[in-house]
Amino acid sequence: MSATTLVTLPDQATARIPKMNFITKENGLLSWLLTGDHKRIATLYLISITFFFFIGGALAGLIRLELLTPQSDLMASDTYNKVFTMHGIVMIFLFLVPSVPATLGNFFIPMMIGAKDLALPKINLLSWYLYVVGGILVLYTMISGGVDTGWTFTTPLSTHYVNTNVMSTGLAIFIAGFSSIFTGLNFIVTIHKMRCPGMTWFRLPLFVWANYAASILMVLGTPVLAIAIVLVALERTIGIGVFDPTRGGDPLLFQHLFWFYSHPAVYIMILPGMGVISETISTFSRKRVFGYTAVAFSSVAIAVFGFFVWAHHMFIMGISNYSALVFSLLTMLVAVPSAIKIFNWTFTLYKGSITFETPMLYSFGFMGLFTIGGLTGVFLGASGTDIHLTETYFIVAHFHFVMVGGMLMAFLAGVHFWWPKMTGRMYPEKISQLAALITFIGFNFTFFPQFILGTLGMPRRYAAYPPEFQILNVFSTAGATILGVGYLLPVLYLVWSLKYGEIAGDNPWQATGLEWQTQSPPLTENFTTTPVMDHEAYDYEWLESQQAKEVASVG
Amino acid sequence: MSDSRAVIDAVTAEAHEHPAYQRHHFETITQQFDATNFAMWLFLLTEVMFFGGLFTAYLIMRNWYYPAFVEASHQLNIGWGTANTGILILSSFTMAMGVWNAQKQRKRGLVGCLILTFILGLAFLGVKTIEYSEKYEKHHIPGFHYSMSSFLDPASDPDVHSSYPEDKPLALDMARHTELYFFLYFAMTGMHALHMIIGIAILGYLIVRAQAGDFTTGHFTYIENFGLYWHFVDIIWIFLFPLLYLISRH
Repeated sequence: MSATTLVTLPDQATARIPKMNFITKENGLLSWLLTGDHKRIATLYLISITFFFFIGGALAGLIRLELLTPQSDLMASDTYNKVFTMHGIVMIFLFLVPSVPATLGNFFIPMMIGAKDLALPKINLLSWYLYVVGGILVLYTMISGGVDTGWTFTTPLSTHYVNTNVMSTGLAIFIAGFSSIFTGLNFIVTIHKMRCPGMTWFRLPLFVWANYAASILMVLGTPVLAIAIVLVALERTIGIGVFDPTRGGDPLLFQHLFWFYSHPAVYIMILPGMGVISETISTFSRKRVFGYTAVAFSSVAIAVFGFFVWAHHMFIMGISNYSALVFSLLTMLVAVPSAIKIFNWTFTLYKGSITFETPMLYSFGFMGLFTIGGLTGVFLGASGTDIHLTETYFIVAHFHFVMVGGMLMAFLAGVHFWWPKMTGRMYPEKISQLAALITFIGFNFTFFPQFILGTLGMPRRYAAYPPEFQILNVFSTAGATILGVGYLLPVLYLVWSLKYGEIAGDNPWQATGLEWQTQSPPLTENFTTTPVMDHEAYDYEWLESQQAKEVASVG
Repeated sequence: MSDSRAVIDAVTAEAHEHPAYQRHHFETITQQFDATNFAMWLFLLTEVMFFGGLFTAYLIMRNWYYPAFVEASHQLNIGWGTANTGILILSSFTMAMGVWNAQKQRKRGLVGCLILTFILGLAFLGVKTIEYSEKYEKHHIPGFHYSMSSFLDPASDPDVHSSYPEDKPLALDMARHTELYFFLYFAMTGMHALHMIIGIAILGYLIVRAQAGDFTTGHFTYIENFGLYWHFVDIIWIFLFPLLYLISRH
């Protein structure tokens, strides 16, 4: 640890935020609500998903409070069912799915490929409005009594037995789904057609590759969820019977349609996060990502394999032994490209000049926690083990390690990493390093005990549990409190930094991406002239020679 | 596509600067055209996946309850179905001619073709209404006073029985699955009809703008992309017709 930091800031006495940038270009609420600028839409998204993240987080807090004691005492079991359902729906559809793509992807993909905007700015804005409508419908559902099917809408529970707001929730997810489809569609078109001269596919930053892979999943998967929801709605209203065994239908058909989207959806949630990690690991170890091509293709491989593993959610639902066998094998195949990523990031670190800024701390958190989450996924992919562990807290711990320990860490890594570019100001380094540490400790306290609870046999989705499980649940709830502090801190100091942060300059991290070679915050057009990409991605020597040239020309 | 390129190149070469309809964030008009066109194809891909769910459900159930699906399909009028197939293919032709006219910058030809497409679209929906009302009269709307008598006792339904004398009475357990067939029939053709209605509404808007001369200045992206949508809806029907109407004819 010879170099403690690589941050180079301009002289604070003379530095100013550029007068003309995408924030100051136009004023007034309408200029934001009717904007076509991808950076402004990304900002709108960032605000709205943060809002929903804290709603989902508050619901998680209620769940953990209820589970502090073995009896269901804080709320009735019915209420508990609604709380965990709403927690799942808010977190998955309103936070995780749009988290990195719609905010950081929206903001930086056009800049990374040297374009002025996404290919379809109006569709981009439409996607945000659809998201907001979906979000408002979810809030309406919550206020008017909630829904208690679990986020999976399992039939026949959702179609025949519950009297809660299945319809408005279904409509909300249908609409929010279209928002996700339009984001994915826009990204694919943009990455294909809007790259600047010299920007070949294998010069793209890996963040772009990862978002491209996730976009394929959004475009191909989400419509299937849409039709599954339409069929549930029809079954509920007019009783059409495709999912109803008494009329010759098949509830398993719903499971197939639902998981055909919802399994790829977990890769929609994790892939963009992996893209963030590729950027931060390279920048903070001053090395080109090891095995660039392998990492790029591993994103696509995850997207492709992701479509052929959905039935591993159904091992105990009565699918045939043969399909359980095949889907079990295919599921384990996904571990290969995931491992390629982890190993290549590790090799990138090897002999790199590593520094430990906040984004890097979050990235280390991601690598450790995602590895645990991913490996426990292999346990669950093995159909024999799955029969013992499914529907227990082991599942809960597994997907929270991937989604919260993985994706949320990556999201925070990305927000810190690009914060200087988005706002022109640095976040306060010391307190944010502390927040990253608190998050990591809180996370492990919260979710590691749940692995043990799961193997001991504590089922998920119950408000009450046998008293012998209490000690581990107390650990988990205590950890959740720490985790809550860890998530609250960034909101406070990031907002603080909007006014009081140090001026960041164009490229505080000395990063190589095109987005760092322009002013911060960027102009509405991103670049003054169309950039020409004349070097490979992550070429730190090119960056040094550029800076040497600049010094020479100034001198 | 070579025609359209020629038009684009001619326009850009002539003006030596960006034509008014080029959006600011595109470098060239060709890039804009390629991007929007590609986006439309991707959108149609999502539509394929959307209908894919219904087709999957249909194929599974048809495999399970084949006799019920065959006899239920005999309730559909192949004459009307064929007529509608013809109408849609014809409308796709007029739409394609519309795109060609837009590329050649012929305003009258474009408006004429769009109006013809509009009328053919309405004609399709008209025929569909007749077919739906037949189902209503015979109590074949699933979940709504559904009657199985035509299948438990084919002789009680002389119109259909005269054309399909080989139809045997179905056991109750199989006959009740005809309701699933009719549900899938209504869901699939209904979803298709919904796409037709949306298409016709957009077509109305395009006719007004074409009349104002908006698409005959070299900027025909809207017409071209709408044409893709219209052909897509047509193709969905091309799959629906044999699957729903012609089950027993092979």
